[in-house]
Order: sequence, then C-alpha cells, then structure tokens
Amino acid sequence: MIVTVRLFASLRETAGWSEKELELGAEATVAELLDLLFQELGVDWSGRPVYAAINQRYAAPDAPLQEGDVVALFPPVSGG
Amino acid sequence: MSQTKLFEVTDQPLSLDDVARRVTRPDCGAVTVFAGTVRGVTATEDGARETDFLEYEAYGEMAEAMMAQIGQEIQERWPKVAAVAMVHRVGRCEVEEPSVVIAVATPHRGDGCFEACRYGIERLKAIVPIWKKENWADGEVWVEGPRQPELDVTRPSQAGGE
Repeated sequence: MIVTVRLFASLRETAGWSEKELELGAEATVAELLDLLFQELGVDWSGRPVYAAINQRYAAPDAPLQEGDVVALFPPVSGG
Repeated sequence: MSQTKLFEVTDQPLSLDDVARRVTRPDCGAVTVFAGTVRGVTATEDGARETDFLEYEAYGEMAEAMMAQIGQEIQERWPKVAAVAMVHRVGRCEVEEPSVVIAVATPHRGDGCFEACRYGIERLKAIVPIWKKENWADGEVWVEGPRQPELDVTRPSQAGGE
C-alpha cells in the first residue's frame, strides 16, 4: 500500500524532507513505518520521542495503516 | 481574521478583542480571555536568555481539529459554557505579541468560564500539533513539550540511528 508521510518541526529538519509517499506491506502498522524510516531511509532521530497521527488522529504504534492514509510524525508539541 | 471561525490557526496578528467577540452572546454575562504572549527573557540553567522572536509551525488542519475537540471537552465538563474560541498564530511572533488567545463565554461568572479557559490552554499545550522555535542572538532552537508516554510511538528497540 502507499501512504503519505508528513514530518514537522525538528523531525522534518533532521530528516531533510517534509513529505513523502512510501510503499508498505499490506498489513503495516505505525511501528513498521518507523522501522522503514529508520532502517531503510536512514532517518536518524536519535531516540527522540515521536508522536504519530493517522488522518489527523493520534495513533498508537500498533495502529494499522491503509492505502491512502496520511501519517504525520512530529515531536512533542509546544504550542501556546 | 474570520469573524465566525471558533477554532483557527492563522498567520495574521491576533487581537484579544476579536477572539472575545467570537464568543460573546446576548445570553452571556461573562467572558474570560487568556492570551499567551511571547516572553522576551527565558530563565535557563546558564542564566537568562533573551529571545529575539519566536516562530510557530503548525499541522494546521489537525491543530484546528484538536482545538475543536478541546472545545467539546470543555462543553462536557462545564455544560453552561455557551461558546469557546481558540486562535493560534503561526509564523514569526515578536516579543509581547499574543501567540494564542482563548475565550470562553458563560451566562454567569460562576458557570466555569475561568476554569474552562485554564483547562483550554493546558490541553492545547498537551495535544495541539503546533511547535515553537526560539530565535535569539546566538541561534535558534526548537522548544519541545514534555514527552507524553501515551503519545510516543517509538520503542527502545527502534531508536533510529542506533
């Protein structure tokens, strides 16, 4: 399946990109997406915490992904 | 700024009056307004650091959805609340400018408007996808909130880069 990954703030700056379409296996989860980023795409966030949202809703690591999902990955928020 | 949008991320300067007007209604006699303003001096371990300006970045669509969710939470906790508005700025904010304004209207001041306003800013700072970057004389740094374990999807075994 193809999902769109969007990065924000320091995670975006470290990775060097803000949006990519990535191909994942049929039953992929958020955790597996992170594995892909770290192991195959060389993304290095040095163990920093990452929040994930699927289609604008916070998601757990075992949340399943579907074709066309927009997954946002970002650091702990600091608005206000 | 839109006069009617209750939950908004905008790159325009904020006005406390404008946000208060979004919630003011004839059946309400109490309106509370909270403004988060840019501080010019931050205390750090190495002494005071002077901030030149802040830059805010947002995941706009989700930020507005999360602010609307907080509005719902407020209505559930304080059923007499008639209206809630939350507006956050993105882009560059100068010292003393408001970066976020929250307004709550209730029929009477005892109906929870103070508490709801406080709750609103605490929840915004916990879940709304907006990030601030401090800019000062020697550089810039992203400010990140405290890590909330229930939202962190990383696992020790996949620290990325190890």
